[in-house]
Amino acid sequence: MIALLIRDLRLAFRAGGGFGLGLGFFLILAVLVPLGVGPDQTTLGLIAPGILWIGALLACLLSLDRLFALDFEDGSLDLLATSPIPLEGVVAIKALAHWLTTCLPLALAAPVLGILLNLPGPAYGALILSLLVGTPALSIIGAFGAALTVGLKRGGLLLSLLVLPLYVPTLVFGAQTVTRAAQGLDLTTPLLLLGGLTAGSVALLPFAAAFALRINLR
Amino acid sequence: MASLWEYANPVKFMKVSGWLMPVTAVIAGAMIVVGLIWGFFFTPDDFRQGSTVKIIFLHVPSALMAINAWAMMFIASLIWLIRRHHVSALAAKAAGPIGATMTMIALFTGAVWGQPMWGTWWVWDPRLTSFLILFLFYIGYIALWSAIEDPDTAADLTSVLCLVGSVFAVLSRYAAIFWNQGLHQGASLSMAPGTRMDWSYKGPLYICMIGFVFLFLALVLAGTRTEIRNRRIKALMIRERATA
Repeated sequence: MIALLIRDLRLAFRAGGGFGLGLGFFLILAVLVPLGVGPDQTTLGLIAPGILWIGALLACLLSLDRLFALDFEDGSLDLLATSPIPLEGVVAIKALAHWLTTCLPLALAAPVLGILLNLPGPAYGALILSLLVGTPALSIIGAFGAALTVGLKRGGLLLSLLVLPLYVPTLVFGAQTVTRAAQGLDLTTPLLLLGGLTAGSVALLPFAAAFALRINLR
Repeated sequence: MASLWEYANPVKFMKVSGWLMPVTAVIAGAMIVVGLIWGFFFTPDDFRQGSTVKIIFLHVPSALMAINAWAMMFIASLIWLIRRHHVSALAAKAAGPIGATMTMIALFTGAVWGQPMWGTWWVWDPRLTSFLILFLFYIGYIALWSAIEDPDTAADLTSVLCLVGSVFAVLSRYAAIFWNQGLHQGASLSMAPGTRMDWSYKGPLYICMIGFVFLFLALVLAGTRTEIRNRRIKALMIRERATA
């Protein structure tokens, strides 16, 4: 399983692996929002928590269709399915690799973009913390969506249509955590709910995703 | 001893639904007509909301069916995954667009009522928001059905999506409550003691709700029958091509 993780990480970092695309997208979004909304600092400060979370969510979505598609095309997914590792474990490892290469950089880069969007001072810690706690759920939900659409020719758009509604609770609790921190309120409740959501998703969704993969490999 | 599962046999299902569908359709039509006429013309106006209140005779039943259609899809998906009855998968497929339409009717009638009463077509109230999200779930479900060619693969994958989606739809509902306290009033009908609504309203409302349940049944039966016939046509065409 560790070998598989290292393989996926290597593939992502090498040329053409798409590492950094999500980060670039996140940066562009943070630049486009003030251009669209206007440079007023108070307005930007008000919407910054939501925009940063939506940006992270979309950047995460961007790389999802590659999660299984390449391995499905060249047949290595069949090999993985017949290997001694359970397919649920393969799904979990692939989601972990996706999280390490896409979501972790996003969480670490988010405070820099927070400065661009005039995020209020007390919210920076909550921003990193909520992204670290919440984005594993995004990766594993995305892995489920990718497993559903892996056999389709034009799966990309359908993938977003399926996955984005599933992202709603994560987005709500994540953005609420940051907003509450920005307003100086207690953020334990949304943060705990966010953590619960992540824990539940990580525990249960690999089974659903592996089930969908088995159907697609039939 | 006849078992419920006998109706999972397509031939038996077609035979029974052949007479059940017109019956439910007639009951649905009669009850909705009676309920709406009673509600629209023989019920006094509300003393504050005037006649706009009467849209509840459409709004509440369609909202009821919007949620219950998903619940029915959930059960039908479970039956398909566990017992592999094709009729069940096709019934879930047929219920998707109907549920989406019901959700749209509920959202639309709500907007029409909200404009004069709340002074706005749309607010980001938890109930309204979760219905919009439910609508998105329906769209995803229908899109996945139409995207996959192989019928069994499509049935499997949409069933999994329906099960996972149900969990997340419920989560979204509570997330929306957490996110914003709303403008929408609480439940108007309740088993709890203490009358909130006069019988001159409750009567036609209940009739309309039962009518919508039958309407949904009739539509699902019609949709399922269409799907079964479609499969038969496909099978026949393949057989003909093989012999020709």
